[in-house]
Amino acid sequence: MSLETASFVLKRVPVDSVGIQERCNFFTQRSIKKSSKLDALYASIQLMDLTTLEGSDTPERVKQLCNKARYPMTPALSEQLSRMESFRPIPSVAAVCVYPEMVSVAVKALQGTKIQIASVATGFPSGQTPLKTRLEEVTFAVEAGATEIDMVIQRGAFLSGDYQRVYDEIAAVKEVCGLAHLKVILETGELGTLEKVRFASDLAMEAGADFIKTSTGKIPSAASLPVTLVMFQAIADFYTRTGRKIGMKPAGGIRTAKQSIHYLVMLQETLGPEWIRPELFRFGASALLNDVLKQIAKQLTGHYFYDKAFSLD
Amino acid sequence: MLDIHSTAERNKSPAKKASYPAQGLFQANYDPSIESDKVVKIRATYELFIDGKWTPAEGGKTFLTLNPATGKPLAQIAEASSKDVDRAVQAAKRAYEKSWRSTSGRDRGRILFRIARILQERAREFAVLETLDNGKPIRESREIDIPLAAAHFFYYAGWADKLEYAVPGQRFQSLGVAGQIIPWNFPLLMAAWKIAPALATGNTVVLKPAETTPLTALLLAEVLQEAGLPDGVVNIITGASQTGAALVAHPDVSKIAFTGSTEIGKSIARQVAGTSKKLTLELGGKSAHLIFEDAAIDQAVEGIVQGIYFNQGHVCCAGSRLLVEESILETILSKLKRRIRTLRVGNPMDKNTDLGAINSSEQLQKIQTLVALGKEEGGDFYEPESTPLPTEGYFHRPCFFSSVPASSTLSRVEIFGPVLTISTFRTPEEAVQKANDTPYGLAAGIWSDKGGKIQKVARGLKAGVIWANTYNKFDPCSPFGGYFESGWGREGGRHGLLPYLEVQS
Repeated sequence: MSLETASFVLKRVPVDSVGIQERCNFFTQRSIKKSSKLDALYASIQLMDLTTLEGSDTPERVKQLCNKARYPMTPALSEQLSRMESFRPIPSVAAVCVYPEMVSVAVKALQGTKIQIASVATGFPSGQTPLKTRLEEVTFAVEAGATEIDMVIQRGAFLSGDYQRVYDEIAAVKEVCGLAHLKVILETGELGTLEKVRFASDLAMEAGADFIKTSTGKIPSAASLPVTLVMFQAIADFYTRTGRKIGMKPAGGIRTAKQSIHYLVMLQETLGPEWIRPELFRFGASALLNDVLKQIAKQLTGHYFYDKAFSLD
Repeated sequence: MLDIHSTAERNKSPAKKASYPAQGLFQANYDPSIESDKVVKIRATYELFIDGKWTPAEGGKTFLTLNPATGKPLAQIAEASSKDVDRAVQAAKRAYEKSWRSTSGRDRGRILFRIARILQERAREFAVLETLDNGKPIRESREIDIPLAAAHFFYYAGWADKLEYAVPGQRFQSLGVAGQIIPWNFPLLMAAWKIAPALATGNTVVLKPAETTPLTALLLAEVLQEAGLPDGVVNIITGASQTGAALVAHPDVSKIAFTGSTEIGKSIARQVAGTSKKLTLELGGKSAHLIFEDAAIDQAVEGIVQGIYFNQGHVCCAGSRLLVEESILETILSKLKRRIRTLRVGNPMDKNTDLGAINSSEQLQKIQTLVALGKEEGGDFYEPESTPLPTEGYFHRPCFFSSVPASSTLSRVEIFGPVLTISTFRTPEEAVQKANDTPYGLAAGIWSDKGGKIQKVARGLKAGVIWANTYNKFDPCSPFGGYFESGWGREGGRHGLLPYLEVQS
């Protein structure tokens, strides 16, 4: 498989950053009220990859996280809210996202649920380890029960212009993923320009990504509306060209319900409502969940609950 | 070789597949988010604003201004006769002779700054009133019309005591009374475009707003008083074409500034010929929007949408004639269709509305007639049929005609509505040729990723304003006006001062 022969597909697509920013400002001006807002908040939970990726992660910490993924709201508060007219039971999140070592813990903790188990792999977050060990890591995570693999691309190779290597590595990871879904993290904060984000998106999708993902969450410049819009447009063009729907995961920096609504509005008005489902869109987040719950409680009751009403894990 | 099909083959579904809802999780339609109309108090009747006082029209003649989104009346407006016009001109003349011509630039600037600040403070009130009277989406009046109107006052306030730098080394004098006639598409903004440079240069004003949208200009009268503008310096008289004609014909008016249709502009030019009046005209357009294959396509599509559907297409510089490089026509058409389907047409007071109401039933009828004619002439018509329209008021879906011959009526005439015509070109030379194939020359847009190409094409275009990789951007510093049938003179920027000055060398 050679990239050169496919250059008609992988031509560089120009991106105008001023135009992108302007379009994003438009999405943040949408005024989402009443039941649309409640729908968006519920959807934000159902589309969430609840994440813990710390050096200090322990089995107990991951178990706690899995419990939160399963039952985001405390039973006491759920009970109280269930008396409200427009209440619907709080759904589980889409997936938990952990390190490979923690996959088996999560598998056990989430038995009998439909919550997916995502594992970062491939020398996360830098990707600067030999391909052989990266592939072994993926195999390890899949064998431990991960249903989704969040890989990082080798940004060193990408920035030095060795696109063939990036392509081949993604394809190789896809190969060992087997039936697990592959999310390809571009780490857009390290790519420098929106045109590079676009090119990396095209490259990843051609190489076999099921999802493309903005960031590791390990550097300050994480998901943003402009970066996500560029990736949406890449996904839309790929769909037109191939008929395949690729998923999108903005990750890192999405902390408030308001932000998540901006993303959903943008998704709805670009890729369309058919993309607003967990197979095709995820938020990679940890702090977001409690803010969404807080806003749901506010929508249902008309007043804010204090922070202690929402458990940390 | 990179084989897409084998890639697809690899992407089978995952082992553990959750049962997700078949359709989206989020409402396809947003709940209404309506701006409150309580922030503005609309009086039942409005009189003429002459010499700092509200006075009824001679004989008590009135007309109604409607909310085009409902078709219901908002207020009764005095209709100025030629006698009323004379009263207003005399008041302006007195104010000019008595005080304003000798008021220092610094003092004029001070008042203009105050006007700008009060407009900002009362922005919400003005935005709501503009939307109610004009039908444009509240998002646009809030984000564009009102802030830009304030910006024009700020900009010309700065010039008031620096006029010697506008005409370096020369002396200059103000003209006297300026008669200003403005259209209904940007009512307050056009009033600002006209009043701010006139006052900065020491002239006095008789302003006639359009008969379908007089309310924000009348509210502006309050602001002028609040800012301490002396009585008679700005007079606002309401009425239809006869009122305007009387203003143009008045012998004590030294300058006419008109924004509106080319047809009326021509008749004003004929009327003014042979008199001592100076004249600026800002007229119609059929502006070309050129999309090259090396453009950032998704942003270009957005630019096309902003170019033609902004303010329901009621924009003299609307990018109404799209010229696309033939190699990307299909891509542009499919992306444009997709984008148009997401545009929300409806109640202009809803913060989520993208296209509001057409300003009047006459204008709606005109648009509908032209669209029907376009279908007869044989262009390929597209409109998002699934987009719902309100049952009352005047609304039109955003639409376009593709494969339109350059000779067709739709390619030639200004529609002044949300109707785009699309044709193709093959080379930059042909693009320029086709862009210039029009009696108008107001604006043009160029989309390309190549700076050199943009510069070269721009040099070939005969249009007063050229946007590159954007469209419909306005700035008080930037002169605006057209070639040929699009008008005489420029408004905005330093150039906007010159039509209000006589220069002595």
